[in-house]
Amino acid sequence: MAHNSYKKLKEKAIETALFLSALSSVLITIGIVVVLSYESFGFFKEVSLKEFLTERQWTPLFAEPKFGILPLVSGTLLTTAIALIVALPLGLTAAVYLSEYAPHRLKEIVKPILELLAAVPTVVYGYFALLFLTPILQKFIPDLSGFNALSPGIIMGIMIIPYVSSVSEDAMKAVPMHIREGSYAMGATKLQTAFKVVIPSAFSGIAAAFIIGISRAVGETMVVAIAAGGMPNLTANPLEPVQTLTAYIVAVSLGDVPHGTIEYKTIFAAGITLFLITLIFNLIGFWFRKRIREAY
Amino acid sequence: MEDIKKRIRTIKFWNSVFWITGLLSTLVGLALLFTLLTDLFMDGFPRLSYKFFTSFPSRFPDEAGILSAWVGSFLVLFVTASSAIPLGVAAGIYLEEYAGKNWLTDIIEINIANLAGVPSIVYGLLALGLFVYFFKFGESILTGGLALALLILPMVIMATREAIRAIPNSIREASYALGATKWQTVQSHIIPYSTGGILTGIIIGLSRAIGETAPIITVGALTFIAFLPSSPFSSEFPFVSFKWLFDPFTVMPIQMFNWVSRPQHEFQLNAAAAGLVLMAMTLLMNGLAIYIRYRFRRKIKW
Repeated sequence: MAHNSYKKLKEKAIETALFLSALSSVLITIGIVVVLSYESFGFFKEVSLKEFLTERQWTPLFAEPKFGILPLVSGTLLTTAIALIVALPLGLTAAVYLSEYAPHRLKEIVKPILELLAAVPTVVYGYFALLFLTPILQKFIPDLSGFNALSPGIIMGIMIIPYVSSVSEDAMKAVPMHIREGSYAMGATKLQTAFKVVIPSAFSGIAAAFIIGISRAVGETMVVAIAAGGMPNLTANPLEPVQTLTAYIVAVSLGDVPHGTIEYKTIFAAGITLFLITLIFNLIGFWFRKRIREAY
Repeated sequence: MEDIKKRIRTIKFWNSVFWITGLLSTLVGLALLFTLLTDLFMDGFPRLSYKFFTSFPSRFPDEAGILSAWVGSFLVLFVTASSAIPLGVAAGIYLEEYAGKNWLTDIIEINIANLAGVPSIVYGLLALGLFVYFFKFGESILTGGLALALLILPMVIMATREAIRAIPNSIREASYALGATKWQTVQSHIIPYSTGGILTGIIIGLSRAIGETAPIITVGALTFIAFLPSSPFSSEFPFVSFKWLFDPFTVMPIQMFNWVSRPQHEFQLNAAAAGLVLMAMTLLMNGLAIYIRYRFRRKIKW
């Protein structure tokens, strides 16, 4: 009997320990929210929210500092947009090919290699953007500056191809075979079946894949920190240097910023802006993925 | 009739066009990966030598090496692995085997999905506010390792869950039928059968951690370190020392970043060499993960 109650106690203790481990993931989120809000609260005591959102310059380290987040947000959106122009068509086409056309053996080989694109350290991509792609692009576009939004944007696009293609392909694979067979029986080609039957059926999954891609591009740091330059620049011109939210945080962290100063707090203000943007995309993506499970 | 034949020809033509387009866009990614590796190899390989691995960084590009960087990477990864693996695997086991269907479980699940999408630099800011200034760990190896542990925790949890989910229920039922408790079942069946999947996830997570730069820069790792952390072994009792946990450090990707950002061409060659070493580590770890997945998949048949 004593043995039994010891056993029960042990079971309970183990379950509690495991539960606490699972709960720790929630603590991380709470930690992120608390740390970001606490430090940016200090920032917004000194800078009004109105200035933060409407001022068109971001020069916190100047003698007369200006704290408008717009140039950093525009830099982030510009590089993200370029990345998506590269990644979405290539990723989706590759996904359709792998899911509907490719022979099984080829797929087994190609898919893991394609996924390696996402495993390459981003600092290596940064090297590639700055020292390989930019010089090549400069041959075609003479007035491209050494630091620009275009080159890191393209490289980021390549980097997120596997996120887009892998999740889209999974979604298309989940479309039941009989739906395709119905289409083939009507005499449709693979192309017609893919675009008029499979893609619409897998829409939620493909949308989720796109959102994951966007979220990755928004949060990507090293490629833009290395190759996009370090100047906050409110522009839509991809040939000019820009600075993103992430690159700004890196640039400030590289210097020795004393704890508690306004410079120190600016990186948290940039961080919370970044966190909110990606949170919105993550929630949309989560909603789409939830819809897939309900589809069939 | 001619009309229909013509229409069919057009449709078939476009089908073939897409077949080629699809193949090409799949190959674009592969070709780029290949170009990237070749470029890195051509620039960096001549710099690789025994001296490159055993020298500290230097103002002179020819004498600079990656000693402090790879030692730092190794130690940081050690901290990351020893904190993220137990925590992540335990959380995964709880969510698959113990958790009931209730609101708390839902919150934990949504939360993990969301954490996986949080940019890595945000984990850096968390670590900066929490570990560096709140817990006063300083800009140390411990802080860097824990920052990366937070980052890969969702990956470890998700890999664990997926591996456990693949185990058929009949195994659990057989164990319970013999009177085993829940933990006994987990300990002697669930964990051994899911080891392959969990290991694959852990290695891929760690390979991501080794290449991460942004959060480590944010917590204040230095870019120029010409000394090694204190030794983990000491000559006096108890023979191991944990002083290294609180030493300043640098890691491979930061060393590479530092060299890339310099205007001199010689330093950029050093960057390529460091990148080559980093790529080799990443590819080796990914290869190992693929091999383990393949072996365990062959060994276990339900």
